[in-house]
Amino acid sequence: MTTAAIHEAHDHHPSGWRRWVYSTNHKDIGTMYLVFAIFGGLVGGALSLGMRMELQAPGMQIFGDPQMFNAFTTAHGLIMVFFMVMPALIGGFGNWIVPIMIGAPDMAFPRMNNISFWLLPPALTLLVISLFMPSAPGATGVGGGWTIYPPLSTSGQPGPAMDFAILSLHLAGASSILGAINFITTIFNMRAPGMTLHKMPLFVWSILVTTFLLLLAIPVLAGAITMLLTDRNFGTTFFAAEGGGDPILFQHLFWFFGHPEVYILVLPAFGVVSQIVSTFSKKPVFGYIGMAYAMVAIGFIGFVVWAHHMYTVGLSLSTQAYFVAATMVIAVPTGVKIFSWIATMWGGSIEFKTPMMWAIGFIFVFTLGGVTGIQLSNAGLDYALHDTYYVVAHFHYTMSLGAVFGIFAAWYYWFPKMTGYQFNERLGQLHFWVSFIGVNLIFFPQHFLGLAGMPRRYVDYPDAFAGWNFVSSLGSYVSALGVLIFLYVLWEAFSRKRAAADNPWGEGATTLEWMLPSPPPFHQWETLPRIT
Amino acid sequence: MLETIPMRRLLLLGAGIVVPAAPAFASQPLPWQIGFQPAASPIMEMIQRFSDGLMIVISLIVAVVLGLLLYCMFRFRAGRNPVPSNVSHHTVIEVIWTVVPILVLVGIAVPSFSLMFAQHDPARAIPGFNPDSDRQLTIKATGVTWYWTYQYPDNGDIEFDSFMLDDEALAANPDAGPRLLAVDNAMVVPVGTVIRLHVIGADFLHAFAVPALGVKIDAVPGRLNETWFRADREGIYYGQCSELCGRGHAFMPIAVRAVGEAQFDAWAAAAVDDLDAANALLAEAGSLDTTMVAQVAHR
Repeated sequence: MTTAAIHEAHDHHPSGWRRWVYSTNHKDIGTMYLVFAIFGGLVGGALSLGMRMELQAPGMQIFGDPQMFNAFTTAHGLIMVFFMVMPALIGGFGNWIVPIMIGAPDMAFPRMNNISFWLLPPALTLLVISLFMPSAPGATGVGGGWTIYPPLSTSGQPGPAMDFAILSLHLAGASSILGAINFITTIFNMRAPGMTLHKMPLFVWSILVTTFLLLLAIPVLAGAITMLLTDRNFGTTFFAAEGGGDPILFQHLFWFFGHPEVYILVLPAFGVVSQIVSTFSKKPVFGYIGMAYAMVAIGFIGFVVWAHHMYTVGLSLSTQAYFVAATMVIAVPTGVKIFSWIATMWGGSIEFKTPMMWAIGFIFVFTLGGVTGIQLSNAGLDYALHDTYYVVAHFHYTMSLGAVFGIFAAWYYWFPKMTGYQFNERLGQLHFWVSFIGVNLIFFPQHFLGLAGMPRRYVDYPDAFAGWNFVSSLGSYVSALGVLIFLYVLWEAFSRKRAAADNPWGEGATTLEWMLPSPPPFHQWETLPRIT
Repeated sequence: MLETIPMRRLLLLGAGIVVPAAPAFASQPLPWQIGFQPAASPIMEMIQRFSDGLMIVISLIVAVVLGLLLYCMFRFRAGRNPVPSNVSHHTVIEVIWTVVPILVLVGIAVPSFSLMFAQHDPARAIPGFNPDSDRQLTIKATGVTWYWTYQYPDNGDIEFDSFMLDDEALAANPDAGPRLLAVDNAMVVPVGTVIRLHVIGADFLHAFAVPALGVKIDAVPGRLNETWFRADREGIYYGQCSELCGRGHAFMPIAVRAVGEAQFDAWAAAAVDDLDAANALLAEAGSLDTTMVAQVAHR
């Protein structure tokens, strides 16, 4: 106790640019991740707005060259995955909240935490530069889709843009692996006395499972894109049929990473929603053990279902049969989570504050995205829907609505804690409703387009698809308005400086972060809390 | 591509090639459509039956979840239920919501698997089909950047390219078909015959897809994929490349023209020497079968 007090008194608190560039403080690094994610989201969102403006009517209005449209879709996907959702949920809220929740003063490897973050700005810079580098003859920007399938990403894009994108992914991947090691070590070794694994808040569980997925999946991506790089530049033929390679091999490697990746994006949102539903229902999470191990099960099964993204590549019947069965199994733990959230609300005393609205919105849109996933898991039906807008609608319901709703839920939930300021509740509600209407307007009609047969990644479409595309584009403008409202909420909160209480959410908020001041001190838990 | 195709079209038009008039029945998307295109093959009928059943199941799931959510939001709002319960376990209900979904999934898997098996074996989709005696036809489709090449190894190795008709060509011949779907040379198939379709990519990945026929298979360089379909009605069936292949991805449509068996044989015999003359034969015949086609369209 005495030593702790002395240490606190001599607490060196770097200021100016050193505080951020040299930061080893999990809260400062978390803040940088969040600011970075907002920036990434604005860039990725602007790209999607460009796509929706083009698709608002048949014909080519905005993009003179379809390759530029393809570059937009590619960059939109990569930025939203690697530079928006992951930095927000894992780097941002994970860094900020996990050490506090487990009663730890900081992350296990604070300097590694610093490099994890600082690898991301160069990675995003490389990706943005790639938009302006030559790719296919006469065009700039990687136009191979976020899945960067060869041969389109090798011989199809001979210019350096693709190499920039590969290096960008390597950096982002290194950042994620270092971050994952840091989180796993922190969660396993730095829990306060009494904080057993089975007492950890579900958000910590979700980050633990997520970072295991990262640690195991990212190296596979790194291997695949390294082979892509040597195929492009050093004459190897790993994925080139003319040299005995196989383009499908890349798809297997990519999706061995890519499928766990989608759970990496959404699992932390599961954790966030569990905390928020419990807080605002003023009840403990229903079926805590089942909730924790449902995430473990989802993480495990997530590794053995990758080829359901590849039903039409010419898989053998028995291979397809296996992947259909395995994929369907994921619906079981996912169902456990949905029902447990509802059971947590059941019998509660529910307050519909802004974070709760986003969390309930999450449960609804994720259920919608989940059931279309059940449809797509059936290879027989997927033959009709694969690579159509049905798939686009499905994964945006789980990601763009699901994961992003999770991010905003977390943002509003922890904003008072992180900043010490209370946001304007009415503006937060307005932000939710405008976004909810906007994103559903974008993506629900895309189900219809997909059933009617509209393929994805099309810069121009047959005139019959015009109606629903127009509605979808209107939705994206409404969503853009939602983003502006969000920025206004930030500006309003920071300029009004309404002081937030240590625990603004009342009796339901029982995790450790609510026992600290808002904002927490630069170093917390100098004296470890004891969990009983 | 935007430069090359118009030039090629001009060459074709300059050579006096007749673009076949589209028959009255064309399977294509319609404005404000919200479901599948009408099925025109045994597989697509199976897909739609399966999809209809599954749609009921998932709609029920969504309705149950939404209903429970709304009920909780109404019944357990703080204003009405100020004192929360602290129930956080109930083993029986947890077992139920684990086991019931498993049973539902098994119920989905059974028809799903039989659909999948049928997609790999015509005998499972067509009662009484005998692969040894019934007529079958092999056609090879090669996805090239950015057009399709069709070969008929069973019919004297007919081989031709199929390009999208650009705006200029469509302006010259407004009946040729819809924008971005109409092609110069459609794949011609006999109606009611099982087509063994071989698909390969020449340079990049492409995918051969025709929604009304329930066909979608990737064209992969170095790998010959096989699938099958049977067009059950005469008409023209449109599809589009369904695997990103660069600039011209949206501009390499697929058109499959199903004609009577005798008509097909006449076409194939003529096409060995002169594809345009063969297509002209179809164009003449195309105006004859409008009554039957109109009935189908009204169904």
